[in-house]
Amino acid sequence: MEPFTTLTAVAVPIDLPNVDTDRIIPARFLRRSRGPDYERYLFHDVRFRDDGSEREDFILNQPPYCQARILVAAQNFACGSSREAAVWALTAYGIRAFLAPSFGDIFAQNCGKNGALAVVLPGDVAARIRRQLHDRPGAEMTVDLPSQTVTAPDGARHEFQVDPFLKECLLRGQDEIALTLSHAAAIAAFEVRHGQEMPWVA
Amino acid sequence: MVATADHYVPTVNRGAPIADEEVRGMEAALDRATREHGITYFGPSDTRQGIVHVIGPEQGLTQPGITLICGDSHTATHGALGALAFGIGSSEVEHVMATQCLWQRKPKVMRVTVSGVRPFGVSAKDVILSIIASLGAGGGIGHAIEYAGATIAGMSIEERMTVCNMSIEGGARAGMVAPDDTTYAYLHGRPFAPAGDLWDRALRYWRTLPSDPDAAFDREVALDAGEMAPTVTWGTSPQDALPITARVPDPSESSDSVRRAGIERALGYMGLVPGTPLTEVRVDRVFIGSCTNSRLEDLRAAADVVRGRRAVIPAWVVPGSGLVKRAAEAEGLDRVFTAAGVEWREPGCSMCVGMNGDLGRAGERIASTSNRNFEGRQGKDVRTHLMSPAMAAAVAVTGRLTDVRALGRA
Repeated sequence: MEPFTTLTAVAVPIDLPNVDTDRIIPARFLRRSRGPDYERYLFHDVRFRDDGSEREDFILNQPPYCQARILVAAQNFACGSSREAAVWALTAYGIRAFLAPSFGDIFAQNCGKNGALAVVLPGDVAARIRRQLHDRPGAEMTVDLPSQTVTAPDGARHEFQVDPFLKECLLRGQDEIALTLSHAAAIAAFEVRHGQEMPWVA
Repeated sequence: MVATADHYVPTVNRGAPIADEEVRGMEAALDRATREHGITYFGPSDTRQGIVHVIGPEQGLTQPGITLICGDSHTATHGALGALAFGIGSSEVEHVMATQCLWQRKPKVMRVTVSGVRPFGVSAKDVILSIIASLGAGGGIGHAIEYAGATIAGMSIEERMTVCNMSIEGGARAGMVAPDDTTYAYLHGRPFAPAGDLWDRALRYWRTLPSDPDAAFDREVALDAGEMAPTVTWGTSPQDALPITARVPDPSESSDSVRRAGIERALGYMGLVPGTPLTEVRVDRVFIGSCTNSRLEDLRAAADVVRGRRAVIPAWVVPGSGLVKRAAEAEGLDRVFTAAGVEWREPGCSMCVGMNGDLGRAGERIASTSNRNFEGRQGKDVRTHLMSPAMAAAVAVTGRLTDVRALGRA
């Protein structure tokens, strides 16, 4: 997994609350393999017309937002379906940091497995940053994981909380399975004990 | 560990090889992999096949006190039996298969207490839609929910599954109901449930599971079922739910500009005019099925409404499993549906998510017993109204959103 440390990049604001993962990648693309075209599925039905041309009214089709590597959203971003393809489509496009007042729990979890970071900010801070991004299209901002800070386009720094374990994994690009398997003996011991205590659980 | 084929399976022509070559390959790969690794698999030709959240409880695999995961966000369904059950992404599924465990932080806990007597026509679906409308689509983020109170305690296991199923639509990954005698009676004798001495041991343990009377929750929410009515969604989030007696909301009445913009966008997508009585909204198609509402009790409720009537728009019933289908046929429900012109299909996720090709056409309006009315969920530019099986059946026979209570008691 690619480590996540500091990202300074163009950010795109998405003002709609409760953006669901069906919108991020419609279900009919879930069977597609993750080739070079994968970014085309991102926000497909609101981003493209039926003939494949771009819809100018969708913000990611508007330069310079199309260069975004950071996405600033409203509450409950990426709710709904557990499809990890939502993260894959976003990262395939190049967006690796998400800032919002809240996220779908499963999406936030999935981010951590794919070298992407979901940052929870207070609602008024996220709204203020989105406003700045609308006012100054193409403005850059910074997400710094080691110091747990976001630097908004206006230069204001905002601290954020992150699970220490997740932070460590992201900073190192740690493969979680390898880490867990280093506890194989403890897991095996638990399995034995659990089997004795609750033999009815097949 | 068990596996089944549900999202991609066709819901017709199950005797023949799967027509879609890609899907046929996926199913064959699943069949092969489960064989190689000794994993129990309920494939398309197995009567026990069905939607994973229907067959887990049906087989007795879902038990109180276990931690149960599945790569599907509606896994909370299994919480109806007192399991800690939640959906995960594919990397986490891989992690579980490789290591038998997951890294987790303890979630915050919320208790949703529903008390009061449900009025005539108010189903478990109406209860959970009312809860979500009250919580909001993100209200349960970071929480596991315990559904409690006399209304929940009085529900069957199938009804509790409908409630727990939609926890994720309120933002909560897990939702559960404390196990009780209803739970134990449901489980007893099921194929994978413990038997004999093990049953007694399990039962002793299960009885220790309910929350202590003085348990503290991070958040408490209380609702009165007596005030609930048959409910439908009008927008593109499950939180956009109103009693069928209401009108399409008017965005200009919202003081919050973000909310106003959200309503406007939703109404634009849904093709609805503010102020229209919901019962005047015409519908093109009906889907009765999904992990929310495809169990025997759901099909009985729908059959009671269509019995002796005629569907005036295309309507499908997709049972949740082969065993649900067989039990329904033993009661003659299939004949009730087909006599009314309603299509009786093979088990699977079908038009809830459309991954098998069961989709509506652009612009169509669908009355659906599923769990998500997101834009494009049932097909590109398809408009979804969520409701209970009885309400969806009422739409089938009238062609518009309908208060099932107006059709009288069965």
